[in-house]
Amino acid sequence: MTDPRRIQVPVLTRVEGEGALDLRIRDGEIEKLQLRIFEPPRLFEKLLEGRPWSDVIDIVARICGICPVAYQMTAAQALEEIFGVTVEPAIAELRRAMYFAEWIESHALHIHLLAAPDFLGFDSVTAMAEQYPDEVRRGLHLQGLGNRLLALLGGRSVHPVSVCVGGFTRLPERRELNALLEEYREALPLAEALLAWTATLKLPDMTQDFPAVALRHPQVYPIEAGRIVSSEGLDIDAAAFPEHFREAQVAYSNALHCHLHDRPYLVGPLARLNLNRDRLPPPVAAVLERTGITFPSANPFHGIVARAVEILLAFHEVIRLLENWRAPERSRVPFTVRGGVGHGCTEAPRGILWHRYALDEAGMVRAATITPPTSQNQARIEEDLRQALPRFGLERPDAELRAFAEQVIRNYDPCISCATHFLRLQVERAP
Amino acid sequence: MSAKPRIAVHKFASCDGCQLAFLNAGEDLLTLAELVEIVHFPEAGPLDPAAKVDLAFVEGSVSTPEEAERIRAIRRHSRVLATLGACATAGGLQALRNFANAGEWLAGVYATPETVAALDTATPIREHVKVDFELWGCPVNGEQVLQAVRDVLFGVSPAIPDEKVCLDCKRRGNPCVLVTRGEPCMGPVTRTGCGALCPAMNRGCYACFGPAENPNTAAFANRLEGLGLLPDEVARRYHFITSQAPAFRAAGKKEAKDETP
Repeated sequence: MTDPRRIQVPVLTRVEGEGALDLRIRDGEIEKLQLRIFEPPRLFEKLLEGRPWSDVIDIVARICGICPVAYQMTAAQALEEIFGVTVEPAIAELRRAMYFAEWIESHALHIHLLAAPDFLGFDSVTAMAEQYPDEVRRGLHLQGLGNRLLALLGGRSVHPVSVCVGGFTRLPERRELNALLEEYREALPLAEALLAWTATLKLPDMTQDFPAVALRHPQVYPIEAGRIVSSEGLDIDAAAFPEHFREAQVAYSNALHCHLHDRPYLVGPLARLNLNRDRLPPPVAAVLERTGITFPSANPFHGIVARAVEILLAFHEVIRLLENWRAPERSRVPFTVRGGVGHGCTEAPRGILWHRYALDEAGMVRAATITPPTSQNQARIEEDLRQALPRFGLERPDAELRAFAEQVIRNYDPCISCATHFLRLQVERAP
Repeated sequence: MSAKPRIAVHKFASCDGCQLAFLNAGEDLLTLAELVEIVHFPEAGPLDPAAKVDLAFVEGSVSTPEEAERIRAIRRHSRVLATLGACATAGGLQALRNFANAGEWLAGVYATPETVAALDTATPIREHVKVDFELWGCPVNGEQVLQAVRDVLFGVSPAIPDEKVCLDCKRRGNPCVLVTRGEPCMGPVTRTGCGALCPAMNRGCYACFGPAENPNTAAFANRLEGLGLLPDEVARRYHFITSQAPAFRAAGKKEAKDETP
């Protein structure tokens, strides 16, 4: 028996939040693989307890600076269920457009600042910008358009302030929308070019077997509404989530892994597109068709292409939703506060985000449960590494193995700061 | 030609939203990369936590033993150290555990809390090391951050506004939320920097930029009670995102009749 080789990535870079990977290889096999999350616990579910319902939307936004709108929309959905509120169609349209703006911001940030440097051999976007100035500027421009719509509708792009139970605190004026929509139309060819470009990146060719989980809506691509479905036939509403998905403690580790029927599963852009390819508007489907990449895809690295598809989709949807949008008479519908239990489930940029709140009769939070996408993908990331690293070649030099492992993890765009309840992950296999 | 100034961006307990002041800056991010050398910024790529730098930005509050150690090392390597946003400057939402039994909270979320290394408190950077200047806000105002970088490059101290949100509201011509709608608004005791964002969006300020200079928190608590708020409700408004700013911590404790220091 030879001495084991230890490979450590002490701090994962170009991910949101803090994590690390420890890998131990003995006799040509992975002996130990640890995706450690050392994002400090912030205990959001506990600090919500005893706060009034009216604080919830502002509080949960702070779970993640990259996707605060996802948290706000999901909480609004849950609270509206409790209070028996149905928002007006024009409000639902505005929310959907705002949520797509966040997808544009988050996906463009991931593609250009976090992921693309991997595939082109740079360690940061600023280094990449010297050789690929046009691609980087195009990405930053698209990201900026997402941020500007967020700021128009929410006051600011990070932790916007306008989403409230029943609607919005302020509605945009027609002239404000028109000015930005003009720029969105002009950006369509850029978003198309981005999708074509991601399909030309040298992505590792690696198929894996994994269940995909996403929302599905009867008419449109899912973001703010739909049932939870899987590639293996699951079809449930948000309230049934705990019956099928378990955050269980693994016997050999201290980690909470979220499993679907005791198996790791994938959420996020690739899972969404795999399950909702037929919900793409025809112009988006046509551009995707021309790339030659087909979905459903079993290659996790096609996640970057799926993100680009969703950026193009988001531009089309924002234009469709806001082009003829007319403000409703009231920016929010009135309601009466009451106690009860409500659920929310929406498609955050990184995958399904599930909330459950229990309120007392005065509207104070008695209990909150929040399951973010990255905690759901955590078990899948490990499973991916266990399959991908031996195929890449465990005999390769440490530096190459380390870089590849980082690339595998980064591909999931893990947003570790979203980890409302991550633990240090310790996988210790039998010797 | 002299070497470019060296900059680091460090992360502690936070949502990563304040780092977006750089990552969402678009063209300005590329300009920044020309003006300075970004030597440590894990979310953007560069990793060298021990590098000596001219300017270190710190996002997040100190909430684990490791973080308490790390901030001291960062201070030793940084000529100028600045906080980036509400967590680093005033605790952030996670600091609400400072008023609760943190052990019970941890046990409520984790099955084996003893394996989670967390301090009982989440505290601002200022309580651990000397801070040269503080940028407030949840999140920070991106323009304010880039302006601060410019100021430091020019060798001057950044001028950080500390007047009340009310003054920006008047400049923008917003109708007063407190007076015209009779709704609670923290603007009269809160530092501006957001441009009176919430009143412009038809809602009350929730104090994410922390206390303004010389806030009359006691008189304002009376004013809020005059709107019908109970003392506990007033306390929660002081003990929110910037609860560890001394003026708000004390004001909230007074309302909640909490006698602990």
